[in-house]
Amino acid sequence: MTATTSTTVTHARVPSSARRPSGRLRAWATRAPLLPALIFMIAVTQLPFVATLVISFFDWNALYPDARSFTGLANYQEVLTDADLRKSVWTTILLTATVVLASLVIGLGLALLLDRKFRGRGVVRTLLIAPFLLVPVAAALLWKHVLYNPEYGLFNGILHWVGGDGATQPDWISNTPLIAIELSLIWQWTPFMMLILLAGLQSRDTELIEAARMDGASNWQVFRHLTLPHLRRYLELGALLGSIYIVQNFDAVFTITSGGLGTANLPYTVYQSFYQAHENGLASAAGVLVVIGSIIIATFALRVVSSLFREEVSRA
Amino acid sequence: MSAATTQETVQTQGPRTPKVFRARTKGAGLGLVAWLAGLLFFLPIAWMALTSFHSEEDAATNPPSVAASLTLDGYREFFGSGGGASPWPSLINSLVASTASTLLVLVLALPAAYALSIRPVKKWTDVLFFFLSTKMLPVVAGLLPIYLFAKNTDFLDNIWLLVILYTSMNLPIAVWMMQSFLSEVPVAIIEAAQIDGARLPTILTRVVAPIALPGIAATSLICFIFSWNELLFARVLTGVVAQTAPVFLTGFITSQGLFLAKVCAASLVISLPVLAAGFAAQDKLVQGLSLGAVK
Repeated sequence: MTATTSTTVTHARVPSSARRPSGRLRAWATRAPLLPALIFMIAVTQLPFVATLVISFFDWNALYPDARSFTGLANYQEVLTDADLRKSVWTTILLTATVVLASLVIGLGLALLLDRKFRGRGVVRTLLIAPFLLVPVAAALLWKHVLYNPEYGLFNGILHWVGGDGATQPDWISNTPLIAIELSLIWQWTPFMMLILLAGLQSRDTELIEAARMDGASNWQVFRHLTLPHLRRYLELGALLGSIYIVQNFDAVFTITSGGLGTANLPYTVYQSFYQAHENGLASAAGVLVVIGSIIIATFALRVVSSLFREEVSRA
Repeated sequence: MSAATTQETVQTQGPRTPKVFRARTKGAGLGLVAWLAGLLFFLPIAWMALTSFHSEEDAATNPPSVAASLTLDGYREFFGSGGGASPWPSLINSLVASTASTLLVLVLALPAAYALSIRPVKKWTDVLFFFLSTKMLPVVAGLLPIYLFAKNTDFLDNIWLLVILYTSMNLPIAVWMMQSFLSEVPVAIIEAAQIDGARLPTILTRVVAPIALPGIAATSLICFIFSWNELLFARVLTGVVAQTAPVFLTGFITSQGLFLAKVCAASLVISLPVLAAGFAAQDKLVQGLSLGAVK
């Protein structure tokens, strides 16, 4: 963070009014437009989190409001030793990692395909973006009922078409619940990765690539030594932003399996433990753990964003 | 590429045609692969659209009846002709929550972005990164206190609570996007206008607005999409009165006999505003989603 501040000094727009007699007043006038947004954000996002932190140290079931008592770290101990909750931590990691990696790899392939000129490129781009523009619950319903349904879903319908009457008709969600959720999320998030990577590809230095081609570099060499290093930060950015959004995923888990069959991730567990089990203290402890996980990812994410951002500022 | 091939033609005349031909067929082949990938990704949506126009009986056959006759029954069912709950109240709630929160975001984000770009405060990058860091705080981090607060102040099942929460959800994105759009306004133009004696309101409406307007429009569309899509807050904090469209959709989670056409119609109708807004903001979509880090 200190590194980013130094860019302010070089930036030409810093007002020189600070030394004048009315400097302090002017500084406040400059600051004033910022304050409503800043105060709003602190009130609506930071205060509730502090409250969550406080509640997480209490033994508090909403059904027995009188039995509320301070328990120190007992809730954390329970969250970390409870087999179900531990499993939901693992499910969250697995779900996030699988979806982010798969959509990143497929997204890279699609971005490379779309980076070339061909007939109808705009149409293909639009077709590819469409999955990302469905309401997440609607997309999850589509996969659950229209594609996965063992009796009349499209997947088994296609199997029936191809294999005739004796074709296998698997119950996709019951057999592989987590993979079922992951597939639907990969389908929705691949367009996101593709868009970020496409933007990265299009910001490549074309002269450098042409020069490399003139010197006889093959397509693979250009990709390996020029494109991939250039894309590295865009890949990182896609992975980190994708992780931040998917760690928090609630819609797909809630819709496709309702957290059953071992697919409950942490957001779903937090939702369930206070909305259905009314365990406020436990839910808060689990919530704080989600935040700690997010902060770890976010620290890296902020670093990537700030390095891209600094480049933009210095280029401007 | 073109430079390389022309150079070659000068040196040798013979092998030129096959090489170019091979490159061209390879290019067309990859174009075909791109088309196939696009169609594959779009197939579920196309299938959903087709199913929404089938009768419930035709929608639930195995193997699927692609060429079955088309009907609007699924849509009629969804809009409540079959005696089910009408989706209109939830659609209107979603519209109110998304529009009102987007307007509130604009009111708060525009001045903030101004103070971070055109007349920046000291340490403006730190402030910008504070906004970004709040976006990384997961929703579940504050969900319970917000729920308890709403319960104790009778704000449960109230659409305006969602408006406030959606505003906080989108404000960081909006501040980042607007900051990058407003910094595209050249300082020289603003200074020239100041020398000509233009006052702040004139500068904002005549100089800044025309340049930043497309960006502001894209930002609004992206905020609208995120608010429209949101489920967790809406699910926990609303009930009968303030139910939003995604919460209405959760009514279809458990199967209810033959209802595939109705589910497809419902999913499409409720996704329509997002699809429209998303395609309208297509060019700025990446910038918004990557919080302004990618242009």
